[in-house]
Amino acid sequence: MSNAPAVVAALQPIRRIRIPLLELARTHRRVTVSAVLVALLFLVALAAPVIAPHDPLATSPDNSYLPPLSPGHLLGSDELGRDLLSRILWGARVSLPVAFVAVAVGLVGGGIVGMLSGYAGGIADLLLMRLIDALLAFPGLILAIAIVAALGPGLRNAMIAIGVVAIPGYARLVRALVLQLKQMEFVTATRSLGATPMRLILGHLIPNLLNPIIVQISLSAGFAILAEATLSFLGLGAQVPTPDWGQMINTGSGFLDNDPWLAIVPGAAISLTVYAFNLLGDSLRDALDPRLRS
Amino acid sequence: MTTYILRRLVLMVPVAFLVTVGVFMLIHLSPGDPALIILGEDRSPQAIAQVHRELGLDKPLYVQYVIWLGRTVHGDLGRSITTNQPVSIAIGERLPATIELGMVALLWSLIVAIPLGTIAAVRRGSLADQVATGITVAGVSIPNFFIGIVLIFVLSVTLRIFPFGGYVPFAQDPFENIRHVILPAIALGTAGAAINMRFTRSSMIEVLNHDYIRTARAKGASWRRVVFVHALKNALIPVVTIVGLQIGGIIEGAVVTETVFTWPGVGRLAVESIFDRDYTVVQGIVLLAAFSYMAANLLVDIVYAWLDPRISYA
Amino acid sequence: MTSFAHLLELEDVHTHLQLKQGVVQAVNGVSFSVDAGETLGIVGESGSGKSMTALSIMGLLPRRGAVVKGRIRFKGRELTALSEDEMEQIRGTDVAMIFQDPMTSLNPVYRTGWQVGEPLRIHRHMKTRASIAAAIGLFKKVGIPEAEKRVREYPHMFSGGMRQRAMIGMGLSTSPSLLIADEPTTALDVTIQAQILDLLRTLNQEAGTATILITHNLGVVAGMCDRVIVMYAGRIVEQGRTEDVFAHPEHPYTWSLLRSIPRIDADEHLPLRAIEGSPPDMVRLPPGCKFQPRCPFAISRCATEEPELITVREQLARCWVTQDGTSLDQAAAGG
Repeated sequence: MSNAPAVVAALQPIRRIRIPLLELARTHRRVTVSAVLVALLFLVALAAPVIAPHDPLATSPDNSYLPPLSPGHLLGSDELGRDLLSRILWGARVSLPVAFVAVAVGLVGGGIVGMLSGYAGGIADLLLMRLIDALLAFPGLILAIAIVAALGPGLRNAMIAIGVVAIPGYARLVRALVLQLKQMEFVTATRSLGATPMRLILGHLIPNLLNPIIVQISLSAGFAILAEATLSFLGLGAQVPTPDWGQMINTGSGFLDNDPWLAIVPGAAISLTVYAFNLLGDSLRDALDPRLRS
Repeated sequence: MTTYILRRLVLMVPVAFLVTVGVFMLIHLSPGDPALIILGEDRSPQAIAQVHRELGLDKPLYVQYVIWLGRTVHGDLGRSITTNQPVSIAIGERLPATIELGMVALLWSLIVAIPLGTIAAVRRGSLADQVATGITVAGVSIPNFFIGIVLIFVLSVTLRIFPFGGYVPFAQDPFENIRHVILPAIALGTAGAAINMRFTRSSMIEVLNHDYIRTARAKGASWRRVVFVHALKNALIPVVTIVGLQIGGIIEGAVVTETVFTWPGVGRLAVESIFDRDYTVVQGIVLLAAFSYMAANLLVDIVYAWLDPRISYA
Repeated sequence: MTSFAHLLELEDVHTHLQLKQGVVQAVNGVSFSVDAGETLGIVGESGSGKSMTALSIMGLLPRRGAVVKGRIRFKGRELTALSEDEMEQIRGTDVAMIFQDPMTSLNPVYRTGWQVGEPLRIHRHMKTRASIAAAIGLFKKVGIPEAEKRVREYPHMFSGGMRQRAMIGMGLSTSPSLLIADEPTTALDVTIQAQILDLLRTLNQEAGTATILITHNLGVVAGMCDRVIVMYAGRIVEQGRTEDVFAHPEHPYTWSLLRSIPRIDADEHLPLRAIEGSPPDMVRLPPGCKFQPRCPFAISRCATEEPELITVREQLARCWVTQDGTSLDQAAAGG
């Protein structure tokens, strides 16, 4: 595509696709609701330093174990007197970036493997796919735990571990898409499409490529948040005193008879977040299903 | 059929090889010298070198790998760094508890999933269906350790019906055993229930659209007969796949649940060993988890072929 | 049972389908009757409403469909007024239906003999063993060789023709008075088609089972049916005795269908004659006669007023042109 007019022409279809997306939003409530929810969660993460009433790390031993709706502490305080609400809000700043990075690792890593595998074919494809199968031979959480066990506990290693677990999914997806792309190029080359310009092919290609990847990103984001929470709960992810939801459940579980909110609120936060991403991925998948579009 | 099995086994060999390499690398990626852990205080260079020689850590990596692989294939998974107990025995002691937990959890998930999934499919689009589907997404979104904690809070701490952890062997006291396994099984099984329900539902919906359902109705079969005799057998075939994989992944699910409920199983052993830096034990458990998962994958395909008379892999 | 005039009687039946795009009047004002021992053919293209008519009779409409108007009487009994339980007693006993695609119409996880004997277990409360024995007899009757061995086999081991025979056996297991066959030969090879039609004809003659044969293939009708109904866009456009309809069709659609069949004795250089245009959009039907957009004989009236189905010579036809007295063959020759 060294031809400038062709490039411009090729970019055109993207505009035409955006309008159907707005149509989709109107007719598909689940997608809109979950998309709004996810956006809100991102907003909370971004705005936490501003909207949190207290410093999440500030301890205040005199004010420990305050119940919810106490003055100054909407959700109460934990065993060290830290404000629960602030810690929950800041928790979003831990969970969401971790999910982001993990998905990015999976997408980039898996994407590279998938592209190489798809384009090269032959022996390279065979070998790479065996590697992917080897990764898939481990149940997801076990693999993540094993990697964290090897690298040592901590948020950074948790991100890497979860990302590695996500790689096979993306690798297979990208490989399948590349194989489709190869077929289409071949068809163009044989001119059996007649005088169809490059832009039409891309107009079909971009929705075909983007849709499954968007769905996969959404669903793997949900899985990543869940995995991060699990790792942190086990003590393998975020370490005290970082306000991480999973880790907060871990400490909170020791105080269930005292103050159950310390464990329940972060649990609800995790569930809600994962639910939003899962719902988004699910409803996107249903909405973009070509079979249902006729 | 046998050719199919053989072919799959052959394809599994390179994957199994890569898996063993990966697990072996676990120890060598991890920071910290196992010798230091064993020796503790006495860290003279000679003592360290001595331990290295004993553990074979002075040899080149690939040699270590081959030695390790040889031992592993014979069932010798080494010894626990902390307790010096053979790893295979340590795992063997705790495996029954994990299996019990996993099976009860699976039972729970199927008891919930199959009826709900069938109802949701038959009454597709109705309120019951939408509620059930909503619960499904929620079920996979709530972390299973959180479900465990909520269950503990409601049923153990507040209502004091169930104990909040621990284990009593079945042989010792069947009633107490069951009483202890119920909560962790529910916690573990709920995510599986959600997945299985959704799968049953979509499988059932697809089956109900098939022509032979119409034929059955034309014969004068009632809806009950159509669903339970004609549809269910077909719809459950793919569900077997999912269930088989869940059986293969027992250890994975058990890790967190056993931690929450202090259940003396393999999962909890894994977590404890990680914190103890007991890498041989971790290695052994990861290896077991990976191979049981791979075995489950193969078995599931075989069972699927056996169940569906149409499939012949000749 | 009250005495009845006809075995099956449809009176002004309307069946509607609720689709996303709107309501489809799949069956629009259909009336006909079938007497004991008769064979009736229903001809039409996909979407003409022929299958929907059959499903309306059986009460097997899809979720979004319903008979909204009209009467369907079988042996004097009003079928649309029956409960689901009562319909289940009639289906598979007195009225049987077999379907188009034998590949998918049999349950893959149950043995064929078990399935063929099922109506006997449901309706005659036979035990399994007895029903399989009866199935062996049915297999023999429909010409499936090695019946004892075959009943134990699964459907995928049968060829297409054998599966259809099994389906027919299944339909006849309870000696119904009426058999509805929805495109029974469409999915089969031509040679097998002939065999299946032979079988249906024999069974009709021997057992006196009335048969409704639904097809898009006029050749099938010619060989088998006493009377024929031609449907288009959910309506009956022509109805009469087979030899009359074939000899002088009184509706342009029937006429065009007959014209489009390639003939062995035709000049090989003549072009094949297809019907112009495409099947109607059932959600947005044109006013007036529904065939008008594709009709080679259309006059101005056809576009605005829909004709009634009235007697034209020996048949019933729904066409302004022929109701005027014009003969289609002459009109085509004249220009």
